[in-house]
Amino acid sequence: MKVRIFVTLKDGVLDPQGKAIHHALESLDFAGVNDVRAGKLIELDVDSSVTRDEIDRMCHKLLANTVIENFEIELPETAQEKAS
Amino acid sequence: MQSAVIVFPGSNCDRDMAVALETVSGKKPQMVWHGDSELPSGLDVIAIPGGFSYGDYLRSGAMASRSSIIKPVIEAAGRGVRILGVCNGFQILTETGLLPGALMRNSNIHFVCKDAELEVGNNATLFTSRYPKDAAISIPVAHHDGNYFADGGILDRLENENRVIFRYLSDMNGSARNIAGIINEAGNVLGMMPHPERAIDKKHGGTDGLALFESLLC
Repeated sequence: MKVRIFVTLKDGVLDPQGKAIHHALESLDFAGVNDVRAGKLIELDVDSSVTRDEIDRMCHKLLANTVIENFEIELPETAQEKAS
Repeated sequence: MQSAVIVFPGSNCDRDMAVALETVSGKKPQMVWHGDSELPSGLDVIAIPGGFSYGDYLRSGAMASRSSIIKPVIEAAGRGVRILGVCNGFQILTETGLLPGALMRNSNIHFVCKDAELEVGNNATLFTSRYPKDAAISIPVAHHDGNYFADGGILDRLENENRVIFRYLSDMNGSARNIAGIINEAGNVLGMMPHPERAIDKKHGGTDGLALFESLLC
């Protein structure tokens, strides 16, 4: 199954990349953008035997640095139903 | 003093580090490949050099800090072996958890490559005893991810415990409290963004890095 993991900088952690993108949008005359934060999307293709708990541990041990980053795990709908 | 330099795919300051260690100690350091799962025996000093290990994939230092040589390095740190991490080596040490905080993209997003004016914040360490108290020194920096971040509690603790070993005299990369290098609680693990191994010979343009290697090895 495909699992998507969104890794984003924590609130309050400066995101120079997001700032640069914001600036570029403004220079292209797009108005009304209040803020931009850039993050990462990591897609895993895992066996159905892999539990949410294991994915959570993968995030903590490698995929995100929780000193500066948050992560969200998105399971496919069917798997979500199974998990819930 | 027996020393080793850990070499990762993408390390590019490993040979400069080896030259610095050999120049000061008179002994050739052992070059240790990241894929090894054991360190040579009898080491006093382990250097984790600068570069772009694993192409900075995922996060700077993230992949290297999970390679098989790191487990024995962490164990060696626990036994009191001196560990020096420079630039990417500092990033790797924070990723392993041997040092607190994280190194983020420079706040102005630019790669910075120049001589950095630094203050030696504490000269009563294994790494800085040969510097005069409150010395101002010049050591080159070359990095994209040198913006030191830690939460306020950790920063206060680092300062209260005199663990900010090097500080930029002016803003370099957005680092919290201008931190350029910190030491662990036990005092045997130093991480720093500036490159002391690039300042050990007059031909380098400066020799302010020499005292660090003399403190460490002599």
